[in-house]
Amino acid sequence: MTKSVAGELAGLELPVERGCPFAPPAAYERLREQAPISKVRLTSGGQAWWVSGHEEARTVLADPRFSSDRRKDGFPLFNLDAATLRQLRSQPQLMIGMDGGEHAAARRPVIGEFTIKRLAALRPRIQDIVDHFIDALLATDQRPVDLVQALSLPVPSLVICELLGVPYTDHDFFQSRTTMMVSRTSSPQERRQAFTEVRAYLDDLVTRKEAEPGDDLFGRQIARQRQNGALDHAGLVSLAFLLLTAGHETTANMISLGVVGLLTHPEQLALIKTDPGRTPMAVEELLRYFTIADGVTSRVATEDMEIGGASIRAGEGVIVSALSANWDPAAFKDPADLDVDRGARHHLAFGFGPHQCLGQNLARMELQIVFDTLFRRIPALRLAVPVDDLPFKNDAVIYGAHELPVTW
Amino acid sequence: MRIKADTDLCVGSGQCTLTEPTVFDQDDDGLVTLLTDHPDDQSAAQARHAVTLCPSRALSIVQE
Repeated sequence: MTKSVAGELAGLELPVERGCPFAPPAAYERLREQAPISKVRLTSGGQAWWVSGHEEARTVLADPRFSSDRRKDGFPLFNLDAATLRQLRSQPQLMIGMDGGEHAAARRPVIGEFTIKRLAALRPRIQDIVDHFIDALLATDQRPVDLVQALSLPVPSLVICELLGVPYTDHDFFQSRTTMMVSRTSSPQERRQAFTEVRAYLDDLVTRKEAEPGDDLFGRQIARQRQNGALDHAGLVSLAFLLLTAGHETTANMISLGVVGLLTHPEQLALIKTDPGRTPMAVEELLRYFTIADGVTSRVATEDMEIGGASIRAGEGVIVSALSANWDPAAFKDPADLDVDRGARHHLAFGFGPHQCLGQNLARMELQIVFDTLFRRIPALRLAVPVDDLPFKNDAVIYGAHELPVTW
Repeated sequence: MRIKADTDLCVGSGQCTLTEPTVFDQDDDGLVTLLTDHPDDQSAAQARHAVTLCPSRALSIVQE
């Protein structure tokens, strides 16, 4: 399908389907071996730089001469269709598309909500949420059970309810609509409808918080904004939406894939079952191994520069492949081995640079609690179908599994 | 070895606190604070690791 010519790969269509289903596409390795930064042609039109080396990926993502502004000419939006792109360009800028001072001004007020200490206070509540869904699993006679619907999706959805201060009486509504937004079984119309309803719900939630600010994330943001002058209602709604979209499906996919990764590597699973002290490192390794958000960290150059042997000109698009970087043998020896003891903290699954995932430590905690609790309470858990028959999300921007039938 | 933290660059990822909580902490606003700028022998290696993990390059090691 593809033929490489002097560092160029003709017609590399992004995103490329993954391999076996765990490994990155074979083309990734070929490109990385040619050069850590190479030029690729996009089937959607135009060219972009493809950053596949771990060190080079860190260098690009930490360099302020690259812009995250998706509306700028040259920004490589290879994974969005024309309609989504138009919608994106007509909406107010989200934090993830801002640069420099503007980005810092949007991010700074929120980072205090995600400190290790503040998140530790959420731990007992997250444990309750996880136990609640595992209780339900153990109470059913149904086999097999789809773990995506029974655990992977509802856990992060309820955690976000907790974070956003969604009242208990609205949990069912929030749960059902957020699931409909991302489920393969919903029609495009149902998905749009759910999206609109959630957006309206969050708008209303922020209005209620403005009237009666409590001791929660929005209460504190509202107090801070009032102290500094004007209340930015639209900004708060955007923040709520960003926290939901960034924290729901991503975490759900990592829960599902993490379970698959551990069940298909029983010797690794045994390590964390006998010593849960290893679970945090196992989570890092699973994040590296699957790198579900690949190519999401794209940039556009704002100046001419030389990086990693490439002469990048102002206005050229750059796609940083976190998946390729996380399978770079220069940074991770024998990257195809799932090895919970390898020490994978330097992975780029959460990105790098000033945009590095705001909720990363919340995600870490959710994943640690889910894996520890699930395998402790259902030690005989196993896949109900061969791993090759699992419907992986080869067609999605964020990798995952559509369904995960398990039994015990 | 001495650690330097630039709170103007800090983006509150928490990587440092996660890596070596005896050296790095976060204030209520999420910004890095140093519990010591001279890590002892026990924490030096992890403190160095934390410096390399900082996504915004807010941490550095000053040779003395």
